[in-house]
Amino acid sequence: MSPKTLYDKIWDAHVAHEADDGTTLLYIDRHLVHEVTSPQAFEGLRMTGRKVRAPEKTIAVPDHNVPTTLDRANAETMTEDSRIQVEALDTNAKEFGLHYYPVSDVRQGIVHIVGPEQGWTLPGMTVVCGDSHTATHGAFGALAHGIGTSEVEHVLATQTLIQKKSKNFKVEITGKLTPGVTAKDITMHVIGETGTAGGTGYVIEYCGEAIRDLSMEGRMTVCNMAIEGGARAGLIAPDEKTFEYCMGRPHAPKGAQWEAALAWWKTLYSDDDAHWDLVLTIDAANIAPSVTWGTSPEDVLPITAAVPAAKDFKGGKVDAAKRSLEYMGLTEGMALTDIKIDTVFIGSCTNGRIEDLRAAAAILKGKKIKDGMRAMIVPGSGLVRAQAEKEGLADIFKDAGFEWRLAGCSMCLAMNPDQLAPGERCAATSNRNFEGRQGRGGRTHLMSPAMAAAAAITGKLTDVREMM
Amino acid sequence: MNKFDKLSGIAAPLPLINIDTDMIIPKQFLKTIKRSGLGVNLFDEMRYDDDRNEIPDFVLNKPQYRDAQIIVAGDNFGCGSSREHAPWAIADFGITCVIAPSYADIFYSNCFKNGILPIALPQEQVDVLMKDAEKGANARIEIDLEAQTITSSDGEVFTFEVDAFKKHCLMNGLDDIGLTMEKAASIDSFEASASQARPWV
Repeated sequence: MSPKTLYDKIWDAHVAHEADDGTTLLYIDRHLVHEVTSPQAFEGLRMTGRKVRAPEKTIAVPDHNVPTTLDRANAETMTEDSRIQVEALDTNAKEFGLHYYPVSDVRQGIVHIVGPEQGWTLPGMTVVCGDSHTATHGAFGALAHGIGTSEVEHVLATQTLIQKKSKNFKVEITGKLTPGVTAKDITMHVIGETGTAGGTGYVIEYCGEAIRDLSMEGRMTVCNMAIEGGARAGLIAPDEKTFEYCMGRPHAPKGAQWEAALAWWKTLYSDDDAHWDLVLTIDAANIAPSVTWGTSPEDVLPITAAVPAAKDFKGGKVDAAKRSLEYMGLTEGMALTDIKIDTVFIGSCTNGRIEDLRAAAAILKGKKIKDGMRAMIVPGSGLVRAQAEKEGLADIFKDAGFEWRLAGCSMCLAMNPDQLAPGERCAATSNRNFEGRQGRGGRTHLMSPAMAAAAAITGKLTDVREMM
Repeated sequence: MNKFDKLSGIAAPLPLINIDTDMIIPKQFLKTIKRSGLGVNLFDEMRYDDDRNEIPDFVLNKPQYRDAQIIVAGDNFGCGSSREHAPWAIADFGITCVIAPSYADIFYSNCFKNGILPIALPQEQVDVLMKDAEKGANARIEIDLEAQTITSSDGEVFTFEVDAFKKHCLMNGLDDIGLTMEKAASIDSFEASASQARPWV
């Protein structure tokens, strides 16, 4: 048998039909659904009299629109159009018989945090969702990617997706990370190297010692931003940490089925002599705590650097950088650590898990945020929130001056009331620094939870290593 | 879905790289439960000021581009989120073809589901068409999907690549779901064998 990559193995195990030209019907094991990209798909089913083919493999949770303030049970905190969208999901989930975690359920949260937490995401699966950050689930060695609403409807109706196979891209992070450097810094650093289109047409497998050393939470952070590098999906081969994370979760297999699953999962790795279309190797020692300066996730620099000049770039990036610097209100040559911050947002499907909150709490313990700073922590799920309260993290955040919120996507994309005002500058643990992403005219700097916590204390972008 | 066959139209030049889906349709317009009506909000934050007045400098606000049917843009068009609201807004505005050196994966796929043809060409050829687009109503670009050609206003012809299956669906306005349901037997048999091999799924 010819050697295969992990991606090849998962792909081959899910081909329901292949045409002569390679167009494949790929079977989908898990379909995650949220309120923003699904209403038109369910409406399409109704108009054509179609059913959901596998409701038992379909999981729905509202996350993008939901308010995260403690008074959210009061529907007046939601705008009318948001309320209609959440109600539509409610109706669709019940009518079509999906697994559903409503806003009132303690397990509700960001769909990409709820899926793994509840054991829906398992190694070797195909997972899709009408959301680009579905890449997150690749941390389990599951082939996971975002789809559009037409494809959501296609998966609902047929449990398959029409696909052509991507190419294989190996990103190896060798050696060990230095203190203060996290999974977020790895994934941002990689995008800084590849650019936002560097992964287009590929599925990335992240490997190497620094990746193996990461917890499952950290691996999810790395895979989450594979899409920011343009890749169809990010993958990490499952190992003992993966199996340990999955074991005992509500929807993970039990008993003999667990043993059978484990036997298969242990075959899910790239063979030594597998073919790679592209390879990138990075020494972990060369990765520093990183931040973005511009309006593309590829605008990544170590915190010790200075704001670049537009003329430092080539081709279309010169104009893009000029536009970014103007939008961000930055001048070339200024030290990144001189950039003052108005707001800190810790949360999102990138960094809203318990380990992220622990990292932020370690920096914030016994400290206060800078006077006038607006700072919020939005846990990724109700269960993350409960765990953080149990561990005393919530008290650390509240004592420091952070708002302690309920779960949702919140200020990552600002569809709910959590938004930046024009010109407001935010240290964010989310995944996109696009113009207007966190609110019209808002300025976003992406970074790790520890770096965001450090910025909250000093009021400017800060090298977290100085506070450790 | 609307068919795409031939098009002769005015092209709006958007010479920016990494035009993301947040630019194409900002999040506040994702709260709809319909597919239609988003054209008025296409490129909303670039197109309108804080008081909802049109920004005259923005290309689609210029008289000569109000009826544009084509966009010519820079590398990595449509990067960012999976929101199909982006192609919905583009199509609702009346644009059915985008020409750029490259596209983000999910956006590219979403276009074909909505009667939009995204064409990838080498940068030098995009540069030629960008110049053409800058001539406004004085330059019509012609696209022939069957022949896979683009003809500039000066008569220069470029050929482009497109996946045969996607081309077939776009030319005939075919509904993917209907096509897949014709293969229900394959899906049934896959499901039967997969439930034996991986019963925990």
